[in-house]
Amino acid sequence: MAAVAQAHPGNATISPAGTGSARLSDVFWRNPKLFLALLLCLPLLWLGVVYLGSLAVFLAQSLFAIDDFSGLVTYEPTLATYRQLFSDANFDIILRTVLMATSVTLASIVIAFPIAYYAARYAQGVWKAVFYLGVMLPLWSSYLVKIYAWKLILAKEGILTWLFTQLHLLWLLDAWLAIPVIGGNSLSVSYTGTFLVFVYVWLPFMILPIQAALERVSGSLVEASADLGAHPRQTFRHVLLPLALPGIVAGSIFTFSLTLGDYIIPQIIGSSRLFIGQAVYAQQGTAGNLPLAAAFTLVPIVIMGVYLWAARRMGAFDAL
Amino acid sequence: MRSDRLDRAPLPLKISACLGLLFLHLPILLIFLYAFTTEEKSYRFPPPGLTLQWFAVTWNRPDVWAALTLSVKVASLATAIALVLGTLCAAAVSRSAFFGREAVSLLVILPIALPGIITGIALRSAFSMADIPFSFFTIVLGHATFCIVVVYNNAVARFRRLSGSLVEASMDLGADGFQTFRYVILPNIATALLAGGMLAFALSFDEVIVTTFTAGQQSTLPIWMLEELIRPRQRPVTNVVAMVVVLVTLLPILAAYFLTRDGDHIAGAGK
Repeated sequence: MAAVAQAHPGNATISPAGTGSARLSDVFWRNPKLFLALLLCLPLLWLGVVYLGSLAVFLAQSLFAIDDFSGLVTYEPTLATYRQLFSDANFDIILRTVLMATSVTLASIVIAFPIAYYAARYAQGVWKAVFYLGVMLPLWSSYLVKIYAWKLILAKEGILTWLFTQLHLLWLLDAWLAIPVIGGNSLSVSYTGTFLVFVYVWLPFMILPIQAALERVSGSLVEASADLGAHPRQTFRHVLLPLALPGIVAGSIFTFSLTLGDYIIPQIIGSSRLFIGQAVYAQQGTAGNLPLAAAFTLVPIVIMGVYLWAARRMGAFDAL
Repeated sequence: MRSDRLDRAPLPLKISACLGLLFLHLPILLIFLYAFTTEEKSYRFPPPGLTLQWFAVTWNRPDVWAALTLSVKVASLATAIALVLGTLCAAAVSRSAFFGREAVSLLVILPIALPGIITGIALRSAFSMADIPFSFFTIVLGHATFCIVVVYNNAVARFRRLSGSLVEASMDLGADGFQTFRYVILPNIATALLAGGMLAFALSFDEVIVTTFTAGQQSTLPIWMLEELIRPRQRPVTNVVAMVVVLVTLLPILAAYFLTRDGDHIAGAGK
């Protein structure tokens, strides 16, 4: 009760029934629905009308198509834009983005798991706070600054090249860059670079849900598994992993969705081949093809819809 | 609950957890080093020399100041709007069960669950359809939309812990609804709102994707940085700005952490 006592100065007067505010609060008390409507009307006007409205109007554009000669949008319902979406060049973009999102997600799981497990099971006292802030600070620090930091790291004259030279391993870096698809002139213009930055920027979104799931796993389960003769690897495979799975799925929703929609990272660090986000950006901007942009936008929404539906069935939302 | 308070982590786990944390932090630390480099034309490592001159140069740049001012103004107004709307939503969702309650909580999360580019373009095409010129207020509108969720999340968590018997006790003692809000509810949710507000401020201050679509000719600090990233003009100034941005966002996060950390000890929370 301490908080109430502090906040309630000794002589706070109670208004007698009959003053305006008391009568108004009586009205609310008798009509909870009216009160609820008053609470919700502003947020619903903002989110339901302004936000959902503009979203719906924009997505509906994908049902129209652009006239090839005039370059203007013809407002007649047609599926031509969707046919265009599945042309070879555009389908490549979708495939490339989904592949990138998948590999980023897998790599994030591998890096995130030890951090989450250590933080959930072994870190105590000060270390618990260190691990918590150690994940929260990178999560919240500026997105652009993080990308900028990687531009410094991956640049040809940057710290990675220097490091490889000091270790006399420059040949390894060159060999890696010589690999056809994932290589390039330097790391900052290769898919490897794009991949690294994606993993770095979204990693905290994977750590937190896995940690939340592992916090709920009792240590005695792990001990019981060991007592029953399981090798640590077996314990991991048959006890820890299944229990952490909802957290992993929840985290992968973030990493997958964020990678699908991002257009700034591949633009700054990566090759000139487009990802979905960049295609949307180009279509609505320079190309002026708003219907195709809207159709492209539907791709991540549909993929995430299916993914969320599957995740809900696996019970991933309890770990969010 | 756990019987293994004292057991030790296996060495490989310790090493990989520490390496993971280093991976998360070393790149940001590198920003601090580069703010002092004497190199102007490239990202050469190690820096040929260290200097403080770029701080003075940045201090005298009107475009950096203009961008910073705009960012602070936008973030303040967006946070204020998000605080009001987010708290209203949280109060409605946590206090009563009604038809469409799930839909409301989904609606609040949607702007941050969908990729930013979708929110951005949707708002942009709505603005152009309604003939609204891009201005300070279009930026704020976009930012407030996705800031609501941060305030909402913090407030909902606190409302859930706020015991209903406190409110009932206040009513029994003769307080009307407004007095109960002022003297019982508000003091209890104040730190959660403050934390949510700080996170919303940090989110808005850093936002770039939605802003590229809802800003006209004006540039916020992230837009300014994005332009420098795509077409680097003066790298040392960018380095200094990047370092300042890291420091500025660090403080609200730390403050928000310490504000919500002790939330379990609130009166009536255990009931």
